[in-house]
Amino acid sequence: MNAKHYAILIIVVVVLFAAPLILFPAAEFSGADSSAEQAISDQGYKPWFSPIWTPPSSEIETLLFSVQAAIGAIIIGYFIGYERGKRAQKGTKSKTQVIAKIE
Amino acid sequence: MHIMEGFLPNPWWEIWFAIAMPFVAYGIYRLSKVTKKIPEALPLLALMGAFIFVLSSLKLPSVTGSTSHPTGTGLAAVVVGPGITSVLSIIVLLFQALLLAHGGITTLGANVFSMGIVGPMVAYAVWIASKKARLPTSAGIFLAAALGDLFTYVTTSVQLALVFPTSAGFFDAFLKFGTIFAITQIPLAIGEGILAVILFDFLAKYKGQLLATLKVIKLPGVSSTQEEIKS
Repeated sequence: MNAKHYAILIIVVVVLFAAPLILFPAAEFSGADSSAEQAISDQGYKPWFSPIWTPPSSEIETLLFSVQAAIGAIIIGYFIGYERGKRAQKGTKSKTQVIAKIE
Repeated sequence: MHIMEGFLPNPWWEIWFAIAMPFVAYGIYRLSKVTKKIPEALPLLALMGAFIFVLSSLKLPSVTGSTSHPTGTGLAAVVVGPGITSVLSIIVLLFQALLLAHGGITTLGANVFSMGIVGPMVAYAVWIASKKARLPTSAGIFLAAALGDLFTYVTTSVQLALVFPTSAGFFDAFLKFGTIFAITQIPLAIGEGILAVILFDFLAKYKGQLLATLKVIKLPGVSSTQEEIKS
């Protein structure tokens, strides 16, 4: 696969995740986890333990989710950049030796 | 797939802890063994953990009009094995339980079982089967990641249906939770599969040697016979 293949695949992913927003403009898009929580509560179940700490607002919750995503994204970006830089340093000669081309 | 805090009554939360923890202990053993034997695998472990971190933080819209998140564990299971993946998963689940009130401490065992054990095991089994069937590597990775993701949510549905059967019984409850979780998950699982294919393709290009050392792929010269991959 080359850069063009990557780009096509990423576009497919974006379309896949954007499509529901366009197809179902009236939908609530609440979390499946909380839908299950609701379904259980409807049966009359009361949770016997509550979270030790809850984010004080949905903004803070979003912040912490973003932090989680950012930590992951930094590591992935660093790894890819580091490996590409290392390869570029070695020059084009060794390129053919290490590449394992996936069919 | 997160079962919320306090939503598993006694004795269920203990049961899932008892089932999940030996597996996590095995994962910790594997982790120390692999990092000792192959220290250069450490950045790869970090990368797999990072992939899980990103994917499990993204709550994505789906065709059911609700949102859910992928797991990212399937790729890790293929690259570093299901044992180590369970350790990576418990780290993410603890982060979310303690800082986001998402999932919970009492339900940690059950959530590790679905996300950190069943999902990765399914992914790993699918990957091995696809190699046996001589499917192209990308197809194997796609199927492993997508089915690992999907079966994580099927597992959650089973776990909840066991505890909260409807008046029509377990199967009816399984369908109810399955509709909430698994159907929502289908497009997300496809997306996760595609992202896993991209990252694995990069790894095969840049870390082929290391993947061969970890016995994920075979490179000519590194290990003999059967060429799934031609250079």
